[in-house]
Amino acid sequence: MTPDTTTDVAILALAVTGILIAFTVIGESLRMRLPQGQTNPVVEAFNMRVHTWWGLAILLTLAILAGRIGIILLFAFASFAALREFLTFARKRRADHLSLALACFVILPLQYLFVGLDWTALFTVFIPVYAFLLLLIVSALRGDPTGFVGRVAETQWGLMICVFCISHVPALLTYDMPDGSDRSILLIVFLAMVIQLGDVAEYYAGRKFGKRRVAKELSPKTLEGMACGVLTAALIGAVLSWVTPFGALGAAAMAALASLTGMLGSLVFAAIKRDKGVKDWSHLIPGQGGLLDQLDSVIFAAPVFYHVTVWVFG
Amino acid sequence: MTDLASLPRRIAARAVGHALAFVARFITAVRADWRGIEPVARQRVYFANHVSNADMPMIWTVLPSHMRRQTRPVAAADYWLKTRLRAFVGPEVFNCVLIDRRPDARTSDPMEAILAALDEGSSLIIFPEGNRNMTDDPLLPFRAGLYNMGRARPHVDLVPTWVANLNEIMPKGEVIPLPLICTVTFGAPIHVKEGESKDDFLKRAAGALLELAPKPRPDEARPAPAEQPQ
Repeated sequence: MTPDTTTDVAILALAVTGILIAFTVIGESLRMRLPQGQTNPVVEAFNMRVHTWWGLAILLTLAILAGRIGIILLFAFASFAALREFLTFARKRRADHLSLALACFVILPLQYLFVGLDWTALFTVFIPVYAFLLLLIVSALRGDPTGFVGRVAETQWGLMICVFCISHVPALLTYDMPDGSDRSILLIVFLAMVIQLGDVAEYYAGRKFGKRRVAKELSPKTLEGMACGVLTAALIGAVLSWVTPFGALGAAAMAALASLTGMLGSLVFAAIKRDKGVKDWSHLIPGQGGLLDQLDSVIFAAPVFYHVTVWVFG
Repeated sequence: MTDLASLPRRIAARAVGHALAFVARFITAVRADWRGIEPVARQRVYFANHVSNADMPMIWTVLPSHMRRQTRPVAAADYWLKTRLRAFVGPEVFNCVLIDRRPDARTSDPMEAILAALDEGSSLIIFPEGNRNMTDDPLLPFRAGLYNMGRARPHVDLVPTWVANLNEIMPKGEVIPLPLICTVTFGAPIHVKEGESKDDFLKRAAGALLELAPKPRPDEARPAPAEQPQ
């Protein structure tokens, strides 16, 4: 990293630390205002969320300090954990064993290798074209037709979501900044921050004055809450525009786009969880469910954010 | 002197144990659900369902180290003594109580070895089905061993222990384990009641174990994906 980029990483890290300290203080003082022996689930949920953010922020900072390889490894392991959660609940039979093992131990590492090597032409089509066809063949060769389309559809969907989509976060590293600097690593921080802060604004604004539910059967998300969330994300995006090549207005628009796709993505995940009859994907993060529960917005936002960045500003 | 000579072996056994637990956690994120008991080092016999050779390492992995140290899996001598590597992993890493499954060939009574291990204060892990379950039924009929242990040492808690998902993680005949989430659920302890017959007790024990199995999800209960048209 050039000294300029390092300075910017340090400034961002300080800003994130400041925000998290503020959140921690708010959470703890809300806790203290309650009478002895009582707890409020909303306050506890907020404190739990802040704890998770500390963890995520520390992990992401360490990965950024380790550079390109650190980021790629971090998201490769995130993909692995997410795929593990998704496949646990996916429809599958004995005949799928080999194709699922290939997905986890061959396709996933290869995808991240291609991202790491900056082979854009390959990592954007590797899973949708090659893995898509190969795994169908491997499953078919084992010759069990029971529920075939359903089985391979769930496997393929898991691979797209957990590997292809998540790998588009580190894929931002391969984006060549217009000024030729190595600051594209900061776009990852930009994406993570606008989505997380947009989500939190959506959640609390929705609780406070949300009225019209967007999908009553699935999720408590409201139009009012989502509007607040997207606006907050746009505002944060504008404030952070100095780390992006988008300019203030462009950064606000990109942040709003990422935040909106993310929220709609977590709606899709709510539908899947409802279908599978699970509340949380796993117990990986104590009190917060699994990794997929945390990443659902990022999963949907990352590929869209990546492509718009490359096609509009590339 | 023998102690000194075996020190490197014991260190190696501890290291291999940690490595196995790490691999188990990496592949399956295995997690204990302490539904009926607390994770404390009481003397117990954990009796579990058996679908895969990885069952025992899974239970062993989720036990906290203070419990792991006093827990010994009961395992088949003919399996664990077959190669030198297994003879190291079974008796030394897992500290197995080895018993001979072949009634005609054995020289000692397996129940004697089991009771001796209980009398030294160890907890045990046993698989009362005797063999790996390759059928579609959730459990095979239990062998008498569990009943005999419960009768002979009535103060020991018999804890039903359900290992979920392993038949999908590593079905028989597959070499590569799939990364799927595994959960080990510990139920409430049971004891042999005064005057309870062997069959009644074994039925009750199997029932207590089955109760811990996750309910089939709605989309699996359906034989084929038959979505209703809107």
